[in-house]
Order: sequence, then C-alpha cells, then structure tokens
Amino acid sequence: MSLDTSSRTFPQQVRVARTDANLQQALGKLKFGLTAMRGAAVAKLPEFEQLRHDAAAIRDHTLNHLDHYLLRFEAAVKAHGGHVHFAPDAAAANAIILEICRSVDARKVTKGKSMVTEEIELNAHLEAHGITCLETDLGEYIVQLRKERPSHIVAPAIHVLKEQVAETFAAHHGAAPPGGRGEAAALMAEARSVIRRHFLEADVGITGANFAIAETGTTVIVTNEGNGDLTQSLPKVHIAVTGIEKIVPTLEDASTLIRLLSRSATGQEASVYNTFSTGPRRPEDPDGPEAFHVVLVDNGRSRMLGSVFQDMLRCIRCGACLNHCPVYGQVGGQAYGSVYPGPMGAVLTPSLAGIEAAGHLPNASTFCGACEAVCPVRIPLPKLMRHWREREFDAGLSPRGARFGLALWSFAARRPRLYRLVSRVGASVLALIGGRRGYLAKLPLGRGWTAWRDLPAPAGETFQAAYRRRRRTGAD
Amino acid sequence: MGGDGRSQVLAAVQAALGRSGEAHAEPSAVRERLERPRANTVPARGRLQQPDLTELFVAQALQAGASVARVAAIEAVPAAVAAFCAEQELPAHAVIAGVGALQGLPWQAAGVSTENRLVQSGDALAVGSAVTGIAETGTLVMLSGPENPVTSSFLPDNHLVVVHARDLLGASEDVWAMLRERGMALPRTVNWITGPSRSGDIEMTMLMGAHGPIRLHVVIIDAANEAP
Repeated sequence: MSLDTSSRTFPQQVRVARTDANLQQALGKLKFGLTAMRGAAVAKLPEFEQLRHDAAAIRDHTLNHLDHYLLRFEAAVKAHGGHVHFAPDAAAANAIILEICRSVDARKVTKGKSMVTEEIELNAHLEAHGITCLETDLGEYIVQLRKERPSHIVAPAIHVLKEQVAETFAAHHGAAPPGGRGEAAALMAEARSVIRRHFLEADVGITGANFAIAETGTTVIVTNEGNGDLTQSLPKVHIAVTGIEKIVPTLEDASTLIRLLSRSATGQEASVYNTFSTGPRRPEDPDGPEAFHVVLVDNGRSRMLGSVFQDMLRCIRCGACLNHCPVYGQVGGQAYGSVYPGPMGAVLTPSLAGIEAAGHLPNASTFCGACEAVCPVRIPLPKLMRHWREREFDAGLSPRGARFGLALWSFAARRPRLYRLVSRVGASVLALIGGRRGYLAKLPLGRGWTAWRDLPAPAGETFQAAYRRRRRTGAD
Repeated sequence: MGGDGRSQVLAAVQAALGRSGEAHAEPSAVRERLERPRANTVPARGRLQQPDLTELFVAQALQAGASVARVAAIEAVPAAVAAFCAEQELPAHAVIAGVGALQGLPWQAAGVSTENRLVQSGDALAVGSAVTGIAETGTLVMLSGPENPVTSSFLPDNHLVVVHARDLLGASEDVWAMLRERGMALPRTVNWITGPSRSGDIEMTMLMGAHGPIRLHVVIIDAANEAP
C-alpha cells in the first residue's frame, strides 16, 4: 500500500508533541471551538439521534450493495457527459489524474480540500511531472507552504498559531500587505488575494467529493470558503477524486447526511456552500468546466468491505471523533504520522497501510467512548480499535514490554488468590509511598506515566477488600 | 487507465460482498430506492407552512451572517439594490449576468447602473436570483445556467440574491421533490448557499470572506408584505 505513514514512530512523535508549546497552545482552543459549537448545534435539533440512526442505515444499505450502486453512479455520470475512472490503488489514481492533466497540457492545477488526494499523495506526483499544484483551502494552503501534513481532516492547520501563519506568509509572499500580518482577518485577506490569481490561471481544478450520488451521477462538495467552487468552476476541466465508499443512493440520502455532517464537523446548521455537480457545462451554459471526471479510489477500501472493519466505511469525515478525543487533544494530528489521525485514523490507517506500519495508533486510546458517542454514523470506533489490538497481538507485533505485562497479568488473573494477594500488597505499598499527598510523582518502571502527570495513589484497600468489609458491616 | 482498473475494483467489491463470479441482477431494494426516492427523517423545523416558513427562512439566513431585505414586488428590487449599495458605501453599480427577469427592471429610475456580462474577479456587486430557498437553514438554492451563471455566486465581493417568498420550501428534500415534479434535470451545478463565505482555519476563529463573497444580501419578494 502506498499510504506512506510515519505511524511506526508514533511514541517518539508524541514526546515531541507534548513538549511543543505552540502546539499545546493551539490544541487548547479545541475544546472551546469545534467541540462546544457541535454541542450547541446538536442541542438545537431534537431529531439528531433519529438522523444518526437514518444515516447509519443509509451507509449500511449502500455498502451492502456497493457494486450495484457504483455501476448506477457510473452510468448516470456518463449519461450527463462525464467520465468515471476506477483506481484500484494510489498509483493507478495518480496515473489517471496525470493523464487527464496532460491531455489538456495542464501546467497549473488548483485544488479544493480532499483527504483522498492527501492519502494518495497526488501533489507530489503531479509536481514530479512538472505540474504546479496549489491547495486553495486556507488551512491546506498554510500547511502546503509549511511543507507539513494536515493535522486535522476538517481544519488542516489547527496546529498552527496565527503568528506562525504570519511568518510563513512573510517567507512566501514577501512584503506585508497594507493590512499587516498581525490579525487573522488580515492574513485571510492576504491569502484571498494571492490565491484568487491562481484560480484564474489554473488549467484543471481538482476537488474531493463528500458524497457521490448514484441516482443522478452527482458529486457533492461541502465547504465554507467557496474555494472548492472557484476550483471547479473556472478551469476547463474538473476532476473530482473520492473513495469508492462515498456513494449514496439518492439526493434525499445526501440531504440526511449533509444535515449531520455540518453540525458534527463545525457546529454549523449548514455549511456555507453545498455544491451538487452533475456532468460538464451544458451547451447553453455561459460558464463552468468543459470536462468532468470522477476518479473513484479503492486503495484498500474493498478489503474492509465484508470484514469486521466494514463499519468504518460509513465514515463521512466530519472530524467529530478527533475533536472529542482526549488523546488527539493532547498530541494533535501530526504525531499520528498519517493523513487520518484521531480515532477514525486509528481504525482506518491500519486498514489502508497495514497493522505492521500503524500498530501504535489503535493503542493510542483510553477507550473512553467519546468518539463513538459523537459519531454521526455511529461507528463503533473503540470496538474496531480493539479488533486491531487483538490482531496486532496475534501477529506478535505488540511491543515486548506490553506482551510481557499482559502475560504476567493473565497469569495472575487466572489465580484469584495470587491476584488478591498481589493487588493487596501493591495497593498498600503505593498508598504508603503516596503518603498524605495522595499521589506519586515518580514510580519505578512507571516513567511513561509519571513523566507527564502524577499517579493518584490507591486508597490502600482493594475494591474486593472494601466490598467484603461493607457486606460484613452492612454499610451501603 | 480505463477498463482494467474498473474490472479490478468491481471484482474486489463483489468478492468482498460474497458475490464473486457471475454477474448479479440488481436487487429490487436498490432499484426501488433509486426509482422512487423517499425522504428520510425531516426535522419538524423543516416542515413549517407559510407564513411561518418565510419567517424561519429570514431568521436562519440572518443567523448564518446574511443580511435580508423584504420588498412587496419585483419592481422594487432596484431600489433595494440601491439601498444596499448606499449602506455598504458601494458605487450604485451591479453586474447582472443572467438572462432572467432581473434584466427588465427599472434600474435607471433607482439610480443603479447595470452591466449584463459574466462576473469578473474584482467586481464589487453581482445580482442574481435563486430558484428557491430552504427555510430550515436559511439557504438559497441556485441552479447554474443562462439565467444564473455559476461564477456569479463566487467571484464578486458582494452577492445580492433575489428570491420570491412564495417559492420558499421547508427542507432540502422539498427541493429535490420540486425539481423532479417540474421534470427539471439537474443542471451542471445546484448550489446551496447559506450566508457569506468564511473560514475558521486560523486559530478556529470564524471570519467572513475567505474566497467567495464577503457579504451576502437576500432580497425577498413578499406578496404578503404588500402595503394595505
């Protein structure tokens, strides 16, 4: 699989992330931003739970008949004069897109935000063949200039402070515009004027597709900036690149999913621009692209179909699981070493890149369940992460320390007397060390924990002992 | 590219679903869903009747950062455009790209000069019309075509959109039903527009005017608003 990840070195990347003061400051805003806004939007829609139920059913039905819906989608796109390309893997997708660009002698490509093109590393492929590729989503543009990866699937530059954006713009745009570079609004205005020129010059516009509607052969993009629309409306060719799982049956099904997507992603009741694109411009149209291509990328998705990981294919990429994840909130997206971070990435990345490459990610969870609780399509993310942990263990890929610890624990757990003895002694010793402070700042073999926070000392009495004592004394 | 990748992907999907081998007839569940599309749950808020429907549309559009004016008849639109220009300190000049009903209005009398051409980058104001609006979310629905070139909605700094109150619908599902009922094939683009362009990509602060229009002004032609 060509999904290039640095997920193997996740533990080292976590250490870097935890000591990065800028990153920690940026992540601190997550709780009051996207998370709070989602909560407010959900509270205003009494039917939210019913919609989640509907959405999961739509996705399940489509996935269970995906072959038929793919054929229907293809036929409908063709009927409107568009083209559909199927790409088994990243290399095939990149080759198809390059070929389309070459067919119109494209020198410059503008791009709307698309996680699938990040996954297949399209920009590098086109650049290697002499085609300039420009990200136009503000966050993606910032990340592209900084030669970084997006750290969030909805807010790609969530890890960057505005002072850092100002530095990046100074390095690439030269002298500051009249408005200066002190405020976020001025930085956005600067990017608007720089990127506007590129929109007008581009030969090909490449977008993702949040949904692909089988009924009508329509691709859908959901954005706030309008960059996706300028990307796909001004050049002579529009290419929409998306995963094979993004098919939905009807326009009505898209309506249901869009209701959930905007609220779950940014807490908006509606994103500013929902655009439904069907075929190229019509003979009577005064503007719009002359050619419309859809590239449907498999790249490991069909392997998830029919497996225990099929539920992951319901994902609509809203990012709510990232925003609510305590681990993501501590380390940010880049530590994951994958274009898909957080809980959804911890399930998806091993599926696409292999458990050997991404085994750390499903372990980076407290299993608190917040991700599943907010998922608009009810993906059982903790359960799926647990499946990956089991596979990692079965394949003998877990770290030696973890395997040794588990073996020790299972030895004791099967011997109740021994287990009680060890836990009683352990609890009393730790309580003694913790003393009146009630916590431990250092612990032999426990530096992985105590380097970042204190360990609360146990009460000195085990749960079982307390339970027995209360039964005896008749206390509650 | 082409055929080989196609058969590879389709074969992999079929195998994963346990349908390897021969071609399989389309199940009736698929055919019926596509031939008789049905709405899923539509929130109560999206099922209001007039006049509440228009009031909700206005409230939601305002909530989304658009500004709203209401006039009694289409002839009053030029004056509403003039008022918007005065308020925003813009020259009283509008590009009207579409070939529709807006062209024949008394613009001169309202002191607004107009141009009939495609919108260009740098144009201060474009005026267009929406086929309907969605009350649930205060969303305008634009159909691309000669009456409404798609670039009009994204290139100008200020976008002014005219919509009839009688055309407003409750939810987006009603839009699809309306298009099918009128036998209208989908145009190249259907654009739902809710408020002006914005981005929260710098430190999660939502700011207006990212790449599209910085301001969105909705003019509602409201027969019920006619002077008694």
